[in-house]
Amino acid sequence: MISKTEITAKNEAFLRRITELSGVSITRCEQCGICSVACPLVSGMDISPAEMMRTVQLGQEEVTSTKTIWVCASCFTCTVRCPRGLDPSKVAEALRQIELRKAIDYMDISTIPAEEMRQLPQIALVSAFRKLTG
Amino acid sequence: MEDKKDIMQIIADANKSVTTGIDSADIEHWVQIHIMGRAYKVPAGLTIMQAMEYAGYKFITSAGCRAGFCGACATMYRKKGEYQLQTAMACQTRVEDGMYLVQIPFAPAQEAKYDVTKESYAASTLLEHYPEIARCVACNTCTKACPQDLEVMDYIQDALRGDYASAAERSFDCIMCGLCAIRCPAEITQFNVGMLARRMYGRCGMAEPEQAKKQLAVIAEGKYEEDFKRLLAADLAELQQRYAEREREAD
Amino acid sequence: MKIPYYPGCSLKTTGKNLEVSAIAAAKTLGIEMVEIPKWNCCGTVFSLTEDDLMHHVAPVRNLLRVQEMSGNGSVDTPNKMVTLCSMCFNTMKSAAGRVSRNAEDLVKINSFMNLEEDYKGKVQVLHLLEIIRDMGFDKVKEKVSRPLNGLSVAPYYGCMLLRPADIGIDDPEDPTIGKDLFEALGADVVDNPYKKVCCGAFHTVNDKSLVADLGYEILTRAQKAGGEAITTSCPLCAFNLDNRQKEISAAHPEFKQMPVFYFSQLMALAFGLGEEECMFEGNYVDPRPLLKSKNLL
Repeated sequence: MISKTEITAKNEAFLRRITELSGVSITRCEQCGICSVACPLVSGMDISPAEMMRTVQLGQEEVTSTKTIWVCASCFTCTVRCPRGLDPSKVAEALRQIELRKAIDYMDISTIPAEEMRQLPQIALVSAFRKLTG
Repeated sequence: MEDKKDIMQIIADANKSVTTGIDSADIEHWVQIHIMGRAYKVPAGLTIMQAMEYAGYKFITSAGCRAGFCGACATMYRKKGEYQLQTAMACQTRVEDGMYLVQIPFAPAQEAKYDVTKESYAASTLLEHYPEIARCVACNTCTKACPQDLEVMDYIQDALRGDYASAAERSFDCIMCGLCAIRCPAEITQFNVGMLARRMYGRCGMAEPEQAKKQLAVIAEGKYEEDFKRLLAADLAELQQRYAEREREAD
Repeated sequence: MKIPYYPGCSLKTTGKNLEVSAIAAAKTLGIEMVEIPKWNCCGTVFSLTEDDLMHHVAPVRNLLRVQEMSGNGSVDTPNKMVTLCSMCFNTMKSAAGRVSRNAEDLVKINSFMNLEEDYKGKVQVLHLLEIIRDMGFDKVKEKVSRPLNGLSVAPYYGCMLLRPADIGIDDPEDPTIGKDLFEALGADVVDNPYKKVCCGAFHTVNDKSLVADLGYEILTRAQKAGGEAITTSCPLCAFNLDNRQKEISAAHPEFKQMPVFYFSQLMALAFGLGEEECMFEGNYVDPRPLLKSKNLL
């Protein structure tokens, strides 16, 4: 995914948009990779949290089609470990919001099996719908 | 086809009856309203429904009891100079000068399929049929939209936590107009959720009324068998006569 | 102490055993938790984008109810509230923090809610565990009539009680509040290296195998450390670690199921409260055989 080195105006605009939405100074990330080591869900991601940060630094919009942004569960482990005080979980949320605000749901709530619906606590449904539907 | 036309004409005439026979010269006060963007001058004091009919609209749908009970004539409007989008029943709300309005004849929604005699009286039943209630953001827009002044948001919150009694009581006066669902940013169909909650509460939560139990026993004993048989055997003329002579409560 | 209490939706259903045991245990310690009238779902997760105020309306509406209670004398802890669920705690405290620091957000939310009273931004959100710690674990020890001797407990904290650092109630890397509490109750506390690892949270809805994988790691690490049971304060962690043991067992036939307690159930047990208060029948993996084997039931 990280291939381009030329930064276009469109790339810059995307970086600016995610920086505003997340409130994170994304350009301050120095790619130490601690977030990726700390992340308990990294094994289910297609790019690591550090790669996600780098991709946003480069303004590559394709990052919104990665699995990573949806696998992030906002557990804030990266948040407390980042040596630069950045918050990759907020960046992931901003990327999700970019998609969800286009009325694109990541999960179809009508496909949850009835058997599961009878067991799942409300806390699971409310949080899943907040994170994965727009 | 001929007959049908006549019936439609009869309905249209009945709808117009509220404003026909008025001589414009007798009307002292006029207001200007905008129906779907077009301006009309109508007599002050009319309801929105009457004013639309005065302006020449025929209600072939979106009208029913004309008394605020049936929930058919949902309407939305803004008043001149106000940002708030208001909701009301057209038959219950008077026009005001500068009103911008439109009818909302239907709230598109699929009612869940269930058999209340087989559903479990658990919180998960409401979520299973209407999982979107978990998307409520507590914005209260539904409550503001309700022409019946129900605490709609609160009954959705009751439903989310499985409090059937409270959801049923808070939604009891719902007339299913659908305005809450049209306004909801979480895309919940509140009126359907309330209906399921009331059905489940009525079946599983409420005590069975003593009087109903007694009456059911009387029916089972066959007290009304003869009457039913007579009615079923009656010809059209007899049925019409009995209808005309029936006992009625005072209008 | 009489304090406004925010339950949250799941404490009325799957987490009833957390609510019932915690209210009873708190009462033993002299804490009366008064349920907030007309509370609404907090949203369970704190919205993380800068411009998304809409999702903070729900928690702020609850904070306003606490403010109203503080004014009408129904509680004696002005502008304080207690929660039991870790996720509600995190969401409510994060929202309270955002609007108290950001006057513009507060004005926008107040004008949107458009209610008789404005929220003034003063409510402090506490978790019951914090209140207990501040009272002192000695006070807890005094109330123990049935010490949990011989029961090996591995406290599990998860995410929302600890992170982010400004919201968490303990050191986000080295929490001890669970250890201190269960030691005061007389239990043997073992350290689980996975005590702070996410349980997979809401992915239990769309990817339960991911949740079962994490649960397997968290539970087997606790077992390797000598734990016979783990504890939680969150109905979502409880569901993922307790109910999902069905899925874990299916994926790992050698896995030995283990009980998951709410912290409050162990408090109620140690305080000598009855089965009605402990509500062990609400747990998926029945903890009663273990407790009986330790002569605690």
